[in-house]
Amino acid sequence: MSPKPMPTATDGILKVRDLSVSYGKVEALHHVNIDVTVGQIVTVIGPNGAGKTTMLASIIGLLPHQTGEIMFFGETPVKIEVERMVALGMSLVPENRELFGEMSVEDNLLLGAFMRHRLGYRDERETMTHIYRIFPRLKERQKQKAATLSGGERQMLAVGRALMAKPRLLLLDEPSLGLAPLIVREIFHIIADLKKSGVSMLLVEQNACAALQVADYAYVLETGEVAMEGSAAELADDPRVIESYLGLGGDVCL
Amino acid sequence: MDMQIALLLGQDGITNGAIYALLALALVLVFAVTRVIFIPQGEFVTLGALTLANLQAGKTPGTIWLLLGAGAAIAVIDCTISLRTGTIRRIPRILLWSVAYPCGTALLLFLVNPAELPMLAQVVLSLMLIMPLGPMIYRLAFQPVAEASVLVLLIVSVAVHLTLVGLGLLFFGAEGSRTLAFSDATFKFGSILMSGQTVLVLASSALLIAALFWFFERTLYGKALRATAINRTGARLMGISTVMAGRLSFLLAAMIGALSGILIAPIATIYYDTGFLIGLKGFVGAIVGGLASYPVAAAGALLVGLLEAYSSFWASAFKEVLVFTLIIPVLMWRSLTTHHVEQDE
Repeated sequence: MSPKPMPTATDGILKVRDLSVSYGKVEALHHVNIDVTVGQIVTVIGPNGAGKTTMLASIIGLLPHQTGEIMFFGETPVKIEVERMVALGMSLVPENRELFGEMSVEDNLLLGAFMRHRLGYRDERETMTHIYRIFPRLKERQKQKAATLSGGERQMLAVGRALMAKPRLLLLDEPSLGLAPLIVREIFHIIADLKKSGVSMLLVEQNACAALQVADYAYVLETGEVAMEGSAAELADDPRVIESYLGLGGDVCL
Repeated sequence: MDMQIALLLGQDGITNGAIYALLALALVLVFAVTRVIFIPQGEFVTLGALTLANLQAGKTPGTIWLLLGAGAAIAVIDCTISLRTGTIRRIPRILLWSVAYPCGTALLLFLVNPAELPMLAQVVLSLMLIMPLGPMIYRLAFQPVAEASVLVLLIVSVAVHLTLVGLGLLFFGAEGSRTLAFSDATFKFGSILMSGQTVLVLASSALLIAALFWFFERTLYGKALRATAINRTGARLMGISTVMAGRLSFLLAAMIGALSGILIAPIATIYYDTGFLIGLKGFVGAIVGGLASYPVAAAGALLVGLLEAYSSFWASAFKEVLVFTLIIPVLMWRSLTTHHVEQDE
């Protein structure tokens, strides 16, 4: 089995059109449009409860009730199912990590490559060596149970596990949540490095400052709607963004 | 009671306990992966024993009709779904497993005279007839309600149990059967005489448990099942589909059940409804392990076997009562010593 030819740099990887999601009568997302192109980091910032996590969950198919269109690498599945999206090359690092706590770090990583293995790519050991190079801490802990790791290590394991699938698009949900500032900086360094190695990312963050520093393009999501969008540099200078998300002092950035 | 009798009873208890242990492991597996309390586990024991008995008697086991019928139902449902959702590429695969495989097996039964086959081939044929029923039952009865509460799943489970017992009566009649002994050998350990059959049951159970351990600890699919049991959402995000995990666990449960039936068929007469009671004893063992721990469940099942053997000596009229009463102190002890924790992240 040979992989599909890689798309050229101008191709859109992900096009989200008119995405609406409701929980019962409450609409959590309202006609959202998002685009990610190859090799880019696109970030979605916004306050708590704006619908950022809901958006990621419905893009990968964890939430069944939605309307709108999600086009991923030119394919528009009729029914968005997680397994199908993972097979197409999408990986989500969820907000609460969703690790396999009673299993070892190594087994968690191995399972990250489950879909690749099923599709006939048997290169999980090489990928794992590569992941251990990115996160040497995980190698030290490889026999330990995931539940015994510290917060930062758990986040590293969650990102490493997602990378085991060699995703064509990585969805990151609040990677800095609940982590000490030093660890946050480390995680964002890794995100910047991943971009250099060609991984496209859709990054959802409350830490707007750090997110805008690594991202190429940004959206501001407020109460389920896209309130602003533009290049990350543009938005970082926008007075409304500075006032609402970056703080007037401008020195809250890590 | 002298030493001789005590040892004899112990041997009996451990033999039965080994079978209960296998069933307990299957119950824990199915519950952990799908949250189904699998009451029909024992029916697979019946199917295993009686299918093999039918094959040895040169009759066509009714199991084949169940296989053909379930397959046809799945073919109709899944093909309709495929046509409706525009996933026509799935159809050949659906037809292969739900129509071609059962028809092929039926043809095989028609072409060979199973009574003349060597015993091992008869066992393999029985497994070929029974094992696919596990995933098929999952597809028909549990997959449509997979996200329902444990209670709903339990009710469906009871319905499946009653259906299978009824079908068992239809297929095999009310008379019990035994199969031919696998071996006539006897072994002497000091003053204890062990029949070859007992040794075979113990060795096979030990081997099967070791194989299951290897499967869960060493293979990617085994790890995927454990992952689904630990964190469903996490597993789905790895591309481990809940449906696939469910079918795989039901396949293993069917295999374990059928093999248990085949193992005990030469030492116990099996009726169409015997499996239920055997399954329940496995369930008591699984409860000792809190439906969560494999080793404790296996140990609990051995305890059930021993308790049953010794109580049949002292109070044979109460032997079932004593075994099932065991569940009360176990539940009390468990509810007093363990604290219910909300699922952590």
